[in-house]
Formats: sequence, C-alpha cells, structure tokens
Amino acid sequence: MKKFFPLVVLALGLLYVGSNLREPRAPAGAPDAVAFGRLPVLVGGRIKPLDTVARGTLLQFQGRQTVRLADGRKLAPDEWLADVLLADKKAHAYPVFEILHPDVLALLKLKAEDGAGQKRFSYEQLTPGLTELERQAQLALPVEAQRRTRFQREVVRLRDNVGLYVRLQASLVPPDLETPLDALTSFQNSLPAGIAAVRLRQQKQAHDEAAAARLMDLAGRFDFMAQNAYLLPIPPDDAEKDDTAWRNTGAVLLDTFQSGAIEAHALSFAGLAYAWRGGKTDEFNTIVRLLRAETEKRFAARLVKVDAETRFSAAAPFYTGMVLFVAALLLALGSWLKWPETLGRAALYLLALGFVLMTAGIATRMWLEGRPPVTNLYSSALFVAWVAVGLCLILEKIHPRGLASAAGGLIGFSGLIIAHHLSLTGDTLEMMRAVLDSNFWLATHVVVITMGYGSTYLAGFLAALYVLRGALTRSLDRETAAALERMVYGILCFATLFSLVGTILGGIWADQSWGRFWGWDPKENGALIIVIWNALILHVRWGKLTGPRGLMALAVFGNIVTSWSWFGTNLLGVGLHSYGFTDRGFWALIAFATSQLGLIALAIAPGLPWRSQPQANTPREA
Amino acid sequence: MRTLYLEFVRFFVSLRLTVGLLALSALLVLFATLDQVHLGIWAVQEKWFRSFIVLHEIKGFPVPVFPGGYFIGGLLLINLVAAHLKRFAFTWKKAGIQLVHGGLILMLLGELFTGLLQEEYQLRLDEGQTRNYSESWRFNELAVADTTDAATDTVTVIPEQRLSSLGDELQVPALPFRVVPRAYYPNASLMLNENVPPGRPVVNNPATAGLGARLAITPLPITYQQDQRNLPAALIELFGPEGSLGTYLVSTMLTEPQRFSYAGREWALSLRFRRAYKPYSLTLVDFSHDRYAGTDIPKNFSSRIRLTTPDGREDREVLIYMNNPLRYDGLTFYQAGFDNNDKTTVLQVVRNPSWLVPYISCLLMTLGLLWQFGTHLLAFSRKRGASRASSAA
Repeated sequence: MKKFFPLVVLALGLLYVGSNLREPRAPAGAPDAVAFGRLPVLVGGRIKPLDTVARGTLLQFQGRQTVRLADGRKLAPDEWLADVLLADKKAHAYPVFEILHPDVLALLKLKAEDGAGQKRFSYEQLTPGLTELERQAQLALPVEAQRRTRFQREVVRLRDNVGLYVRLQASLVPPDLETPLDALTSFQNSLPAGIAAVRLRQQKQAHDEAAAARLMDLAGRFDFMAQNAYLLPIPPDDAEKDDTAWRNTGAVLLDTFQSGAIEAHALSFAGLAYAWRGGKTDEFNTIVRLLRAETEKRFAARLVKVDAETRFSAAAPFYTGMVLFVAALLLALGSWLKWPETLGRAALYLLALGFVLMTAGIATRMWLEGRPPVTNLYSSALFVAWVAVGLCLILEKIHPRGLASAAGGLIGFSGLIIAHHLSLTGDTLEMMRAVLDSNFWLATHVVVITMGYGSTYLAGFLAALYVLRGALTRSLDRETAAALERMVYGILCFATLFSLVGTILGGIWADQSWGRFWGWDPKENGALIIVIWNALILHVRWGKLTGPRGLMALAVFGNIVTSWSWFGTNLLGVGLHSYGFTDRGFWALIAFATSQLGLIALAIAPGLPWRSQPQANTPREA
Repeated sequence: MRTLYLEFVRFFVSLRLTVGLLALSALLVLFATLDQVHLGIWAVQEKWFRSFIVLHEIKGFPVPVFPGGYFIGGLLLINLVAAHLKRFAFTWKKAGIQLVHGGLILMLLGELFTGLLQEEYQLRLDEGQTRNYSESWRFNELAVADTTDAATDTVTVIPEQRLSSLGDELQVPALPFRVVPRAYYPNASLMLNENVPPGRPVVNNPATAGLGARLAITPLPITYQQDQRNLPAALIELFGPEGSLGTYLVSTMLTEPQRFSYAGREWALSLRFRRAYKPYSLTLVDFSHDRYAGTDIPKNFSSRIRLTTPDGREDREVLIYMNNPLRYDGLTFYQAGFDNNDKTTVLQVVRNPSWLVPYISCLLMTLGLLWQFGTHLLAFSRKRGASRASSAA
C-alpha cells in the first residue's frame, strides 16, 4: 500500500483535474444560457464571450462568480447575465452589490442584516439612495484617486458598479419595456405613420398624438442605449473593413429611422428577450444558434478563441491548481514527520501536476491574447508562481527531502491567491496600453524580470522554512540545514542573474524607446533594489561575514524587498509603471512584511534559543 | 606610518565596505523613490543621486540626512577598483567575477557621465507647424533680440540663474545697454491689474515700461509635480550710458516679446523656455491617436514629421511612435505626449553622448554572470555525477 500511495494520490489528482475540465452544459429542456454565454461581443477593445463579461462583472461587483439568491438557488454567471440583459427588471432583485463600509451602508439607509451574507445588496435595495450616492461620488471624484479616503473610494466604487449595471442593461434591448419584441415590430410597422405625425407636430398641425408620443418615447430609449450601452454586440456590417468596428444596439436602432427596417441583430435580441422571459426553449436556442452562425461567416477564427475562452473560464485551471498546491504543501509537511519517502513523493507528484496545469493555463492565455506570458500585474503573479514552482521541481529532484516541495506548494498557492485578488478589478486579458505594446520587450524584459521576482521569493521562502524548522522544531538536523543552505545559495545566484539581466533589458528598452537608459522611475528603482540586495547577500556569503542564520535572515528580507518592487511602487502612484493596483493590497503587503520581520527576528535575535541546533551561527566554509 | 597605510588600504579593499555600501545604496534608492511623491523625478535626481550629501529641508533649514549618490557610488568605485588592483590575478575560475565587476565599474562611470552630459528638451508642434529648435522642460532664459534686420534676428541670451542674483550688472558686448535684475520670482502668476480679484496676494511691481506696468504679480510656491512647470517672472532694469531706460517685467507667461527702440535699433525682450536650435527643422504633418474600439485605452500615438535641412540634403518624412523614436544628429526624438485635442504633439528630445556605455557594461556583466554561475553549475553537476557513480558502485 505504502508503495502505491504516491500513485494513488497522483491518480486522485488527475481525476480531480479531469472532473473540472468537463464541458459545462445547461440543463436540457431550458433555454441554453451556456450557449448564450458563448456569443461574442466587443468590450474593452477586444472580442470576448458574454460569459467573460458575466464573470468579470460579478467578480468586480461582489468578489465571486456565482449569484446566490434569497431562496437558496444559485445562478451561474451566464444565467445572471441573461437575466440582466434580457429579463427586464428580474435581475434588480439579485443581491450582487457588495458593500462593506458601514458609512456607505448608512448613506443608503441600509443595515448589514438586510444584505445577503450581511454584505450583498440588490439594485432594488439601492434604488432609494442612488441620488445621494451620486452626490457623494461627485464630491469624491475631484480628489485624486490616490488621496481618497476609504469611504470616498467605496462610494466611487459602488457608484461605478451601479453605473456599469445600468449600462449593461441597456446593451441588447431597450430598457423598461414589458414586451420589447412587440414594441420593436409595431415600431417598424407604424414608422411611416409615426414620422408623419411627428413632422406635423413640429409644424404645429393636427396629428395623431398617440403615434407621435410612442415614437418619441422609443427614440428616447434608443438614444439612451446609444449613449450608455456597455456592450458592442453587433458585428460590423459587410461594407465596414475594420474588424473592431462593432456596433452599439441603440445606434443601430436609431438607424431604423433612415432605413425603415430594424437591423437583424437588434431584432434578434428582442426575440431572445421574448423567448427568455417566456421560457420558450426552442425559440431561444434557435435564435442563439442563428446569431452565432451569422457571426461565424466573418469571425470564424475569432469564435474559436471565444469558445476556448469560455471553456477556459469554466475549467478555472488556476483554482484547481490552488487546491493541488495546498495538497502538495500538506503532504510535504507530513513527509517531514512520517514516511519521508512516500509522502515526499506524493507531494512531488501533486506539485508536478499543478505545474503542468499552470503551464497549460498560462499557455492558453498566451494563445488567447497572442502575447508573451506577462502582460499585467495579474499575469505576473501567475508567472512568478509558475517560475518558483518549476524551480522547486528541479530542487526537489536534486535534494529529495520534501523541502522544495513544501516551498513550491506554498509559493504556488500564494501566487494564485494573489492572482485571484488581482483579477477582481476586471478583465485579465485586457488590451495593452500603447507604451507596453511591444511583444519583443514584453517577452524579454518583463519575462526575465518576473523570473527574477519568482526566484528571489523562492530563496526567501526556503530561508523561511529553515528559520521555522530550526527555531520551532527539532527537525532541522545538520544535513537538512546544509541542503537548505545550498538550495538558498543556488537560487539566489539564479535570482541575481535574472533580476540583473531583466533590469538591464528594461534599461535597453527605455533607451530604445525614450533615448535614455535609466530614468530613476519607481519601478526601475524597485528592480534595482532587488539586484543590489541579492548582490549584497552573495557578498556577505563570499566574505563569510555572517553564519547561516544571518544569511537566512537576509534572504527572508529579500521577500520584503521583492514585494516592495512588485507591488509597493504601484502604491506610490507616480512614474511610468504605476498601473493597476488598489490599496486593498496595501494592508496585505504590510501584514506580509511584518510576518517576514518576525521571521528575521526569530533567526537572529540574540539569546533566542532554537530548538534545533544544526550548528552555531558562525560562517561556514563557502 | 606603514601600519596606518595598511589599515587604510585594508579598509578600502574590504568586502565589509562593499556590503555596507550596497546596503546604503539600496536605502538611498528606496528613500529617493519615496521622496519622488513630493519632489517629482527631476528634483529627486538632483537631491539624492547627483549629490555628495543629501540635504533635506527640515523647517526650512537644509540638514544633511544621507550620503548622496556621488558619495556612495564614488566609494563603491574606489572599493571595486582598489580590491581588484590589490587582489588581481587572472584565473579562468575568477574570470566571470572580474567581468561582472569590470562591467559594474563601467556602468557607474557611465551613469556619472550621463548625469553630467545628458540633455533633455521638449519639442511641441501643432499640426502644420515648423520649428528648428526644442525647448527645455526645466530651464529658462532671458532673450534680448536685435530685430532691426528683417531677415535675421541677433539674439543674446542670459540664463535664468543670472537673473536671480539681484543687483548684478550684466554687461554684454553685443548689447548697447546693461541689464540689471531687480526682482526674481521662480514661479509666479501674472494678471491684468484691473482683473485682480480682491484678496489675491500681489507683490510690489516697480515696472515702468512695456506691458509690465499694467500687470500684477502673484508669487507661487515652486512646483515639483512632474506634469507642471514653474513659470518664473523677473523685473529687470535696462541702463544706457545716459541712465535708466526703464524697468521691464518679463515672464514665461508672456508669449509675445516686449519691443522697444534704442540706439537706432529695434529690440525685443522676452523670458522664454531655454531653446536649443538645430541646423534643420521639423514640421508636424499629422498626429494620430488611436484608442481601442469602445474604450479610452490608448492603442497608439504617432507623429508624422517632415525633416528638412536648409542645404536640402535631408527632406524626408519620418514616423515617430511609441517604442520607435527618431534618432538624428546625436539626438533621440520620442513621442512623449499630446495636447490640444490631438492636434499638438509633444516630443521629448534627448542627447545622451554616453548611451553606448550601458550596453557594453551590460554585455560584460551578463557574460560574467553566465560564466560564473555556469561554471558553478557545471562543477556541481559533475560532483553529483561522481557521487552518484560512487554510490551506485
């Protein structure tokens, strides 16, 4: 049994991964929301499935992708979005707006108890307070984003989220109509009469008042959609050469006044609304199929990616990876206590499985985006974890002691958690800003510097294991200590090489683009500090200026240095690299730094007895 | 004496010094980054990196708080060179380390030269506009132009710093009068006297000639924000042999020069952004700024520029866009910004004669590190192979 245990663990892991890769299917006999979610739209400059819009929006609103209703039912993202886009006011009752700040709750005259899970509120609940919310937001907006108080930030965030919700609702069918399909068809049929009535009214002559009023009312709704809709759901017409010139439903509906006939897509959306509201499965599925087939004519290649993206989001490989890494960590920790061979091997297998899964996930993202692996803060977190886990696999092969597996499990899990939190701000496959739009430099400078981050963290985490085991347990014997020291040193060399080369490549990019090699920009400085710090540790070791415990303390401090460079500089809000980081991360950063300082104190505080005594803290022969 | 000398040498070649200096430089870079929030990137470079001692103003008094970039960098350089001179012995095993440090020495020197020699100017062009000069983003100058000849102006420029030493008599052979600075405000706002709202603080304005007599001066605090610039104002009195010719108020806010006649010639007086004239001219043919469909995310900015020289050797169109600057005449013109509803382009113009140095030093350092860690790795795997072989046997 013991012999097969690692294989059994691996098989379970594979089963778990496989179960998450199944294609999601909507229940038979109901309108197919999953197929609806695969329809393409253009948002944020790229063509993506409605499914991605649903997931991203929900994450942004409430930090999770499913909606739990008061009656206990759970809605998948696609179902929620279909209700928002097609079902008139039905979605108003869904609690999706997360409000945590007590003052914001007070502003809206709400109590935490009124919310689902004490914090999620529905649009209906917010409606009475929206005027006040807007007023407070207008007060907060002139304040520079970095200098807003937490209340101001929360007010602006909630107001933007509510705004986004309203804009989403105006995307496919005219809002606040009981039967949009009837409204549109009768609009089309009575258009000549209506226009005549409006003309007569302008000339102050006798006219059909009801017809004129109906027409003006619909025109007002179309105009609202044209101004506000969030999605561009209608592909460019055949005369338009530009593939990104997708159209807004409201604008297309307004064109009806010239053409006399409602454009096919806009009419189909009203048909979808009709079928969705009436639960007419066949009609709904047929219209979805037709819309897709229509888009397929021109965007067949894009639709392959759109489908892949939907599958990718549903499979959530990085979430699965998180579970695998935790399991690997636990098994590795267990291997220190009992059955080192068996548990250690099982941990290694799961770590390797997680690595393979991450590799596949990152590769898929690269293919979807047509970009190198690191394009924003989110993907840098993935890549940092990937690099560190990869190095751990190599280390574990060299020193099979469950040490590198534990570090790998921990870093892999932490990296993915960080990535999850970074994904809350929006689309993680967003388009690149002009200044970053260079695949060559993204592939070299950004990748290499991120590898530098990953390896510096790994050295720090290995050192942290050394300190924890040495100070708190008796398990850090002479051999384990020596193995850890060698690993930390080797990884530090690697980290120095990559952070130096990465920083230099950044300088060359700057020179190529801006005619200067170095500009003392905060992010550049952060990278430089990592290089200096790693060089310092190596010199301390070469000069035998301190013993292993001192070196480990220095390596642990490398974690703080790297975190500062990676996230801290974004908090400053100045310079070329200040993008995409919210202050939510600030306290996490402080907490992490504090914990690392605690470890350093544990390592070097004089008079602190260590439970393990690998040897005194005197320089070891290099 | 001899022991003292040895002590001295030992200090300068020691690894302890290296480690200490590395720690100091990490701190220096960190503090400078933090200070950037208040001071902006330029002032930070002057204060922290291009200085021997960092002076920090505490309650208005400059207090030395930290060794500056020149100090730490200089000591590192001495430490490096001294250590290598002392211990230098070429072996293949250490070739990597020596390459790395050679590259580092070069890089430190390169940064020193860059600090001393680099110039950064800006070139703003409206669509259709032609210019043959760029303007400094930070420095200003007083220009006194002799405009008598309709074809060419003869311009005498006086740097802004000279205007701040009040009472100095500036006498230049090209000018038939002396220039005497009477007051200087590093950042000030001007307003027509009749428009000044009550409560707005103004200072005494002794201007007697030109536009200045009609204007009120409000001094402003110096700004360090990266996207704002200081607009200085100065009062200058002109003296001919017969006495005062009047006191003029000049400011970079006044875009039109103030004109007067003296000694039978026509003069134009202005305080302007410091200019760097070029023996060629640039015309903005077209600026374009694309955004991603349905968003405000900039996709690209580009300026189509016509580059012409008076002798007709160059007359071509070039496209400057992100990551693709124009390199010409030892200068780099890159797309820095835009303005005026996408009708104006802002190009940054950089001269950096030591641009090649970092490339060489990078190459050396990378080769050195690869060599060093490569041989380590090789030795390690060989040792492992051997131990595995012996344990297998």
